[in-house]
Amino acid sequence: MVKYSLRRFFQSIITVFIVVTLVFLLMRLLPVEGYFADSYDKLTPEQREAILRKFGLLDPWYVQLKNFYVSIFQGDLGHSIIYRPDVPVLEIIKLKIPYSFSFGIAAMVLSLTVGLAMGIHMAREKGRFWDRVWSTYIVFINAVPSAVYLLFIQLYITYLTKLPMLFDKDSFISWILPAISMSLGGTAGYAMWMRRYMVDQLNKDYIRLARAKGMSNKQIMVKHVMRNAFVPMAQYLPASVLFTISGSIYIESLYSIPGMGGLLVDVIQRQDNPLVQTLVLIYSVLGIFGLFLGDILMAVFDPRIRLEKSGGAR
Amino acid sequence: MTSRKKEQIVQPIEDQALFTFAQYDPEAAERVGYSGYSYWGSTVRIFLKNKTAVFLLIMMMLLIAFTIIQPYLPNQKHPNKIHIDPETGYQLRNQRPNEEFWFGTNVIGQDLWARIWSGTRTSLLIAIIVGIWEIFFGIFIGAIWGYVRQLDALITEIYNVINNVPTTILLMLLTYIMRPSFKTMVVAMCATGWLGMARFVRNQIVIIRDQEYNLASRCLGTPTSRIITKNLLPYLVSVIVMRIALSIPGTIGWEVFLTYIGLGLPVDTPSLGNLLNEGRQVMMARSLRYQLIFPAIVLSVITISFYVLGNAFADASDPRNHY
Repeated sequence: MVKYSLRRFFQSIITVFIVVTLVFLLMRLLPVEGYFADSYDKLTPEQREAILRKFGLLDPWYVQLKNFYVSIFQGDLGHSIIYRPDVPVLEIIKLKIPYSFSFGIAAMVLSLTVGLAMGIHMAREKGRFWDRVWSTYIVFINAVPSAVYLLFIQLYITYLTKLPMLFDKDSFISWILPAISMSLGGTAGYAMWMRRYMVDQLNKDYIRLARAKGMSNKQIMVKHVMRNAFVPMAQYLPASVLFTISGSIYIESLYSIPGMGGLLVDVIQRQDNPLVQTLVLIYSVLGIFGLFLGDILMAVFDPRIRLEKSGGAR
Repeated sequence: MTSRKKEQIVQPIEDQALFTFAQYDPEAAERVGYSGYSYWGSTVRIFLKNKTAVFLLIMMMLLIAFTIIQPYLPNQKHPNKIHIDPETGYQLRNQRPNEEFWFGTNVIGQDLWARIWSGTRTSLLIAIIVGIWEIFFGIFIGAIWGYVRQLDALITEIYNVINNVPTTILLMLLTYIMRPSFKTMVVAMCATGWLGMARFVRNQIVIIRDQEYNLASRCLGTPTSRIITKNLLPYLVSVIVMRIALSIPGTIGWEVFLTYIGLGLPVDTPSLGNLLNEGRQVMMARSLRYQLIFPAIVLSVITISFYVLGNAFADASDPRNHY
């Protein structure tokens, strides 16, 4: 177990290095205008060159890459150019992290509890009314792009329920709708897989044996079916981190939540390269470690997982 | 009761024809050995039983046909033409749906009906190009990944690196560093789209390759081409078609998302994402909401139809559901 975790951890570290390098090099492909606030046209070529030299953008790419890694280890990820000129990027982002983090956790907890409950309910009501209702919900959420239904939720649910349309950090009720919106996709996913695994288990022979022994339906459900259905569910936990990240970017921007996702959309529109680069890196690293934690969790949940297997099928 | 049953059983059978010897008939012998099973026949039969899917299939075919021929129909307006009132000389802004403009006009006086169909054309075209790329590149990589054992570890590592980064972030980064255009959109989606397909094909090939029935086929001297077409492909086809059907709603969804962020197609190219974004900007005025609702309805009908169709086809083409 420890050996597996360590190996998986080093694998993640290597992935982080590859991703950081690739992102940095891709960002170098951008036109250099992005490094001037809005003064590009007013400057003489000499002044432009001086500024580019100050940022180290005229060095060959491998020197730039080396300098970039050196400054990362010194905790310096550059300064914002347009969003808030000359403020260190990390200082801007530091204020945003708590919002994104709380919404992410809230959404994951919500989708896990509601999704599993929904899946169990569907498996018990298989083929009956509620099963159909929840199935329609799942098809709808999976088929319609989230960018569309989330917009309509914001537009009409706020109108119907009188909930505020924009986020306000001091009023609790403005937290409700964004958190629920973020959890919708995850809920549908968990419910779909939970139902599938529960139905799989219900069709197995040992259930008939348990019935023959005289166990009650409730006992069978709790002791056998649910426990066995949970194990394959664990494999969807890592991906759900990625889902939450994707959803949060759109929703934070939609409800003007002062989190990292909203900031990313904002700085992309304003073309503030150092901030875009840092946020992309943070999200990528979050994704990598989300998957890492998920794999470890899965190994804990499922004793049958082959820990010694090298590479290949994961 | 029992005695009566016995009576029935012991009743002599009168028909003497039952006890004559049968002649050897080569045709009848052939018929016993032949099951009449055809993979595509069964697939189509089971698919046609799903009435919803058949309805949606017909509707989608009509819709696609309509988006293609719409510009050539009489009395259609150009999607980018700004309409001007001949009397006052002002632009016909925010006209509610009427006889002249069936879906109304937008904030600068362009015909929403023409824009929606033009946008559907653009979005579907992107989705189909990405879907086709996904099949060819995904299957190619997946097949190499599954068959060539020396490359397994290398491709797995490459896959892990790309897959570890959230797709959203990857798409945003790629569209951010390139100039907004149709090509950018297609390239970015193609760069991320093949991952799922490659992984799926690889896993299937690894599972099926060494199964007993394939081993048996090989021992009986079946040529590789026949093993591939008869033993491997039927298992893959179902999910390949399903993935294409599902990749269409996915691609349209990404397009809408990227447009919202400001990384979408240029504004002079109508697409469903651009239309929704234009509609979103005026959605707070209740009387202008039709500009958001019309594109949203068209988009939802398309994505839901493809999603349901994909699932229905996957069920129909799964050999385990055949009989």
